[in-house]
Order: sequence, then structure tokens, then C-alpha cells
Amino acid sequence: MNIVEKILARGSGKSKVSPDDVIFANVDKVMMHDVSGPGVIKVFDKLKKQGISVDKLWDPTKVWVAEDHFVPSADKVSAENIVKLSKFTKHYGIEKHFKYGMGQYGICHTISHEEAMVMPGDVYVGGDSHTNTTGALGAFACGLGHTDITYVLLHGKIWFKVPETYYFKINGKLPDHVMAKDLILKIIGDIGTDGGNYRTMQFGGTGIDEMSVESRLTMCNMTTEAGAKNGIVEPDQKVVDYLSSRGATNFNLIKGDDDAEYAKIFEYESSELEPVVAKPFSPENIAIVREAPSVELDKSYIGSCTGAKYEDLVAVAKILKGRKVKIRTEILPAAISIYQRAMENGLLKIFLDAGATVGPPTCGACCGAHMGVLAKDEICISTTNRNFPGRMGHIESQTYLSSPMVAAASAVTGKITDPRDLK
Amino acid sequence: MKGNIIKYAQDNIDTDVIIPGEYLKIHDYAELATHAMEGLDPDFHSKVKEGDFILSGKNFGCGSSREHAPIALSHSGINAVLALSFARIFYRNSVDGAFLLPIEIDEDTYDGISEGDEIDIDISTNEIKNITKNQTYKMKPFSDIIEKIISAGGIFKYNPDQN
Repeated sequence: MNIVEKILARGSGKSKVSPDDVIFANVDKVMMHDVSGPGVIKVFDKLKKQGISVDKLWDPTKVWVAEDHFVPSADKVSAENIVKLSKFTKHYGIEKHFKYGMGQYGICHTISHEEAMVMPGDVYVGGDSHTNTTGALGAFACGLGHTDITYVLLHGKIWFKVPETYYFKINGKLPDHVMAKDLILKIIGDIGTDGGNYRTMQFGGTGIDEMSVESRLTMCNMTTEAGAKNGIVEPDQKVVDYLSSRGATNFNLIKGDDDAEYAKIFEYESSELEPVVAKPFSPENIAIVREAPSVELDKSYIGSCTGAKYEDLVAVAKILKGRKVKIRTEILPAAISIYQRAMENGLLKIFLDAGATVGPPTCGACCGAHMGVLAKDEICISTTNRNFPGRMGHIESQTYLSSPMVAAASAVTGKITDPRDLK
Repeated sequence: MKGNIIKYAQDNIDTDVIIPGEYLKIHDYAELATHAMEGLDPDFHSKVKEGDFILSGKNFGCGSSREHAPIALSHSGINAVLALSFARIFYRNSVDGAFLLPIEIDEDTYDGISEGDEIDIDISTNEIKNITKNQTYKMKPFSDIIEKIISAGGIFKYNPDQN
């Protein structure tokens, strides 16, 4: 069995599972946030009316809650949702609720790794499509809707069809100025936004071995954009070190067997990779930066679970140091812990000296919620994950997806720019 | 199950256009319905009738996991979406929440059905009758688990121990 089959076999108490088997897997961790949480509360209300008992959760210690989409509360409705969510977690005894304005908080997927909420080998589900992110720690991490999350909260298990696995073998270390985001965009460009639908996308090879945990998180995060059920990397010492430094103990490192089977194997040579962008209006619409259209950008947005981890901010700082931005540039660290490290290590000063605005952790404009949404005809380069019509604001705005380095270099020139070409 | 078709002849209709991000904070189902398909077809809310079906191409419902998407369509009166394929989260949200039926069809069926056609879907025989054009097509049968959850009326009414 491969790693996902082994995790799902363990989760469902079976000695073996194979692709297309339908199983009920016991869940180790479940997450919801200020959008899926109130949706879940609505389902709880519906069940109560139908006479189904919702008196207690299966295990409140396995549940954690983030506030990220519309925080700090964007308006009255969002504020009400936060109040509702706080009442819910208090009522059901959920202690791991990361509240804004009370120490550590941030984008749910970022909290999942920054706070070691998820461990290698876990069956982890979250009420958000980018739950796939956390597969980089060696967990089966999969996004679900409100109804399914509610089912997990009450029963501690959920059905899955065991996915077949596409294995992406990356040969060699990524070249300078080429980031994990460039690689995963290139892969999505090759297989399309439904290329991974219902499947696992697993990453391995020397290119992944060489990668930091945070770069692997970027890879797995964007598997959602290929439609994948989950993304995953087999856990190694880097993952153990990363989680240990965040307080984790007791590791159960599940890896695939030597004779693990994959539906398809794709190979990439890192040395051939270049910085790329995804042009409007799809993450599969890939162009090499040096061949990208010469458009006048209005804005550079550096944020989200995809592109505002600490490593992403370090890459941005390398570009912005001693330079000035030419277009509106917003930088939103994805969690308070990252914000704090960026402050302690001088990154925030570099950003402010360059003229960028630094904002609080939030999903913000990535999903068109608040904090810098786009106007009609505005063109943005962004370290986020989607560029469907209207994703970041007006239906006639445009978003180019890129790596943090490309977004920073483009902030300096006002045009889509390869960081290697900056003077 | 009879109804008329609203056809969007394109692939990759994502949940950001089915219900744009600014409405994610809304959890009133009737209010969500007033914004259904707003990112693609601002006239949808005024033209949709109870019992209508949507017909579309590949990868319907891709992108965000927002359950708001099948909720907004279902509370607009849509009982089924017919598409060449579906993105996985939209598909399971539709079924587990018992909001609407996601029905996979082939290219000939997709080409054969036009905007406004009246069709009759029979999931017990996997047949789709086009009453307007007097044609019959086959839908892709639901998998075993999906069929059971649909006939139970959603995940909460489905008893896995009865397998």
C-alpha cells in the first residue's frame, strides 16, 4: 500500500484498502473556521429541529477552530458569526479556538502547522478546501463541507472512497529564484484544474527531499486547484524537527510500502523550471514570467495560506530590501507567530521601508472578503491560490497567481517581473 | 422528476461564481439563493423556476469547498445539476446534505439537451427523457454509497451499519 492507503486502512481498522474501496474512517483531527463554523451551527440547528440529538460532540479535544476569513470582523454580519462561533466552542467545550486579538491566531491551514495541530499519519478533515495543505506533514488531509464536518463532530468518522494516487517525482533541488509555487503551478498547468479530481497527489523525489517543510506545504496547498482529494508528502526528519520545535511529541511516521502502487507517475527535472504565473481566469492558465504579457499592474498582494508563511516573507524581503514598491503592495503574514518572527527579524521594517502596507493575518482579499478587494478592471499579482472571475473582488478584476518572489519583484517594477531580471 | 433546463455551455464553473466570496458570511439559505450564480449570470435569480435543472460541462463546482454553493442552487429551486463531470467537494456536499442530485452525463446527452428543454429524470432506471425533443439518454449510474445516501435522504439519515 502507498502512504494514503496505509493511513486510511489504519483509520478504518482494516488490514488493507485499495483505490475505489468505500470506507468509514475514524477521524483524528477536525477543523472549522468562521465561515464553515457558522455553516456547521446552522446544520446543528437543522438536526435539532429534526429531533436528532446534538447534545455533545464525539470528542471536543480533537476539534480545533480558527478565525480567518472575515477577521478582524469585517462588518456586522461577520462580527455576529464570530460571536456565534465563540458561544458554540464554549458550549461544547472546544478549547483549541484561536481567537483574533488573543495571542496566536491566523489562517486555519497555517495554524495547522504553526501550532502542530495535525500530526503525521493523522486522518485530518477541515471545513475548507485548502485543508489539503497539511498533507505536507504526512497526514491524510482533506477538505469537506458543513454537513460532513457536522457528521464528524457528532460521530468521529466519515466516508471516503479510497483515492488512486498520482505520484509526482521531482528530480533535483529547485534553482535559485524558483519557488515551490512555480513548480506546483507548472504541474497544474500540465494536468489541468480537474487533473487530480478525486485523486491523491503525492510528491517525492530528491527535489522534495531537499525542500523545506514550508515549501512542501505550498505544494500540497495547491493540489486543491487540480481538484485533488488530498496532497501528501511522506514524512521525514525535517517534518519531525519542524513539529518538535512547535511542541509536538510521539510521532507515528507512516510511509508507503516498497511495492506501493500508483495510478500514474509524473517526473519533473527541477533544473528545467522557471518562475511562472497563472494568468486570469484559471490556475491552469500558465505562462513563463519572461514570456508573460506586459500588463500594467495595479497591485501586489502577498498573503494567504499559500503565500504568506515565514519562508515566503523571507523571500519577499530579499527582493524588497533597499527597493521601493511602484504599485499598491499589501503584505499579510498568515499567522501571528509569523508576524512576530517577521518583526523580530527585521522583515516588517524592510516591507514598510519599501512602502508596502502590512496587515493582520486574514484570508482577506484572497477570497474577495475584505482587506484590499479588487475594483472593476484592477489587475493584481498575488501569492494566493485562485484567480477565477471575481475571486478577489469585482467580476471584471484580474488576478495573476505567482510565487512570493515574483509578486515582490513585480511590486517593484509595476509589471510582471522575473526576480532574476531585477536591476 | 421533471423540469426545464438552464444550460451553461462551459467547463469549470467554480464555486466562486456560483456564490461569490463576499456572501460566505451569510448563512440564511433563502438569502443565499438570491445571489446564486451571480458571478456568472446576474439574471439567474429572476429566471430560475422551482424544479429547474442546470446543465453544464466538465468539473462543475470546482474550487472552494463552500457548501453555500449547493445550498444557494437548491434553495433557488434547482433539484439537479447535469454535468459532464463534477469537482469532488461540490459533489459530496450536494449528496450528503441532500441539497440536489449531481448527475453525470456523456457528451451526446450534453449536446442533445438545449436551454429550456423539458426533461424527466428517472434515477431508478438511470434514464433522462427529453420531452421537448422526444429523445432518451442514459445517465451515469450513482456509485453504491452515493445511491444509498441519496435514497436515505442525506448522510445523517444513512446508516452505515446497514451495508
